[in-house]
Amino acid sequence: MSSDWPLWEVFIRAKGGLSHRHVGSVHAPDSEIALRHARDTYTRRMEGVSLWVVRSADIVASDPSDDAAMFDPAADKVYRHPTFYTIPDDVKHI
Amino acid sequence: MASLPPIDIPPATTGNGAFDAPADDPNGALFDYLLRLGDDSLVLGQRLSEWTGHAASVEVDLSLANIALDLIGQATLLLDYAGEVEGRGRDGDKLAFHRDVLDFRNCLLVEQPNGDFAQTMARQFLFSTWQRRLLRHLAGSADARIAAIAEKAVKEVTYHAELAAEWVIRLGDGTEESRRRMMDGLEWMARFVPELFEADGLTAFLAERGVAADPDSFRADYEEEVGAVLAAAGLPLLPQQRPILGGRRGHHSEHLGHLLCTMQFLPRTYPEAVW
Amino acid sequence: MYTTELQKTAKVASTEDPDKLAAFEARVAADEFIEPKDWMPEAYRRTLTRQISQHAHSEIVGMLPEGNWITRAPSLRRKAILLAKVQDEAGHGLYLYSAAETLGTSREEMIEALHSGKAKYSTIFNYPTLTWADIGAIGWLVDGAAIMNQVPLQRTSYGPYARAMVRVCKEESFHQRQGYEIMMAMAAGTADQKRMAQDALNRWWWPSLMMFGPPDENSPNTAQSMRWRIKRETNDELRQKFVDITVPQAGALGLTVPDPALGWNEARGHYDFGEIDWEEFYSVVRGEGPVARERMQARREAWEQGAWVREAAAAHAEKHSRKQEAA
Ligand SMILES: [Fe+2]
Ligand SMILES: [Fe+2]
Ligand SMILES: [Fe+2]
Repeated sequence: MSSDWPLWEVFIRAKGGLSHRHVGSVHAPDSEIALRHARDTYTRRMEGVSLWVVRSADIVASDPSDDAAMFDPAADKVYRHPTFYTIPDDVKHI
Repeated sequence: MASLPPIDIPPATTGNGAFDAPADDPNGALFDYLLRLGDDSLVLGQRLSEWTGHAASVEVDLSLANIALDLIGQATLLLDYAGEVEGRGRDGDKLAFHRDVLDFRNCLLVEQPNGDFAQTMARQFLFSTWQRRLLRHLAGSADARIAAIAEKAVKEVTYHAELAAEWVIRLGDGTEESRRRMMDGLEWMARFVPELFEADGLTAFLAERGVAADPDSFRADYEEEVGAVLAAAGLPLLPQQRPILGGRRGHHSEHLGHLLCTMQFLPRTYPEAVW
Repeated sequence: MYTTELQKTAKVASTEDPDKLAAFEARVAADEFIEPKDWMPEAYRRTLTRQISQHAHSEIVGMLPEGNWITRAPSLRRKAILLAKVQDEAGHGLYLYSAAETLGTSREEMIEALHSGKAKYSTIFNYPTLTWADIGAIGWLVDGAAIMNQVPLQRTSYGPYARAMVRVCKEESFHQRQGYEIMMAMAAGTADQKRMAQDALNRWWWPSLMMFGPPDENSPNTAQSMRWRIKRETNDELRQKFVDITVPQAGALGLTVPDPALGWNEARGHYDFGEIDWEEFYSVVRGEGPVARERMQARREAWEQGAWVREAAAAHAEKHSRKQEAA
């Protein structure tokens, strides 16, 4: 009967120009209080200018046991990277 | 809100209410006014700090401590300034730790015991909603120092008021038990609300000079705002009760003496010590 | 310390896939981080859950001895500092519970384990704070010892734990300094203050040394924990380091460390110090610390008396979402 509130993941934008980054989680009964709790927990030292909270249960994550299928196929597509191409040094602005 | 005759307002013939500072002494009046503002923040900050480690969840502990820290910061600025205005070498610490009840000028609302979380939120909601409106006015005070402090504090208090309102709504509209507790909390605090709007010679004198705010000017807005939150919480309007006054003149509830006992014990026991 | 194993785990016979196990050990050995959804051996999960939750409990119970003095702090500045410090400890508890939850145990379960006496927390918080100097001594010694243990854990193998420790360490940095500053004021103060300062050091010194946990020969899980990078130095190594750093700090205060056997050993390049009363330590681990009952009572009351608040907010959220669905 003394059960805890649901879990929310907290994301902070440290300053303008940066993406929100995951910093941890809080327990809260609803989204408004979750924002308050995130603010009071994770931004006590001016750590951010913007906050996101997302119910932990709503996050869909890739399965690490699939990571070979998910991520390895990108490994040999070296032609996606600019360094794959050799351009003579005296050709500029390319 | 109740409009029954207050119990211990002295006859208007004194001109100054019960204040010792004569109205033609701007420094005395300003000092007294700063004590009112500073003591409100100090006493409520002290009360909230009693919660540390005992709240319903760790998150709530963090929230309450944040509010307490804001209030103690405000008290430090205001009481330091009061000491300067007084010009007798007292600083914020001297004023906080070496005055007895008769010289404390906070309103009765802030010294009320924490009770349960509902009572604490009732107090916070009724006070912060008022303090925010007061500070908004004071941000335009003719006294530059008060204006600067108010401008900083109003952001803090806006957060306090919003958070408290959210809790009043959740507790009012939560379970049967929480609704009963929320009503009990409001019921306990309601008689101290009229004091927030008490106007006396001192506020009139300072308001005329653009230093203080006349609380009556935002009374209607306050009542509307409080009413809207209570409605959202599904709670009835504040009960009509006979107003209890006196804090601004040093006539407090029994609770303040105990709060001061705890808060002041070290500096009073060891007056020579530096901490 | 906050995280030394105060409970012994029975070894789980590994029925796990030896290939997965070998791959896991290799990743940890290569200083890689393990993340929540990665495969991990059950014993690793269990040991970590216990260690992190024990650490979290210590932060939360640790709020109480210092919280005892917030309302009596002797100046506005000290009051604000102490409040912010104790609030930080609440934050630390929260970060750590968060990290532990990623291993699959809910915070509620962890809290219930604490309240039922099943879970342990640092022995140090079972001693009372009698005078204001205790607040100085705790910041100086207890947070000092905590920092010593926590800094290496920023590179621990479990990602969420390591990240929580980075945040914790950043915040801890003022805790020890504010404590030492209190001690400086007291030790340089009136005769009454000096007496309180010396008395606080006398009472907190030995319990602080016990924070690092039992001597290495009685710390059977150390080798495995070191291999898994959930512990980075042994109890005795950390304890010695703490003594070496702290003794000169006591000297600078003009206070006397309550250990007649204490002395610099030129050959070892370390301080020698007296025998720790391990009977005392194990009694406190068993829950027989002087204020263990008070600490547990305070935590249980907070949780039980907060139940209606948590229920009310949950009920409100429930009504609200039903209304939204209906709309
Ligand atoms: Fe700590
Ligand atoms: Fe901590
Ligand atoms: Fe700390």
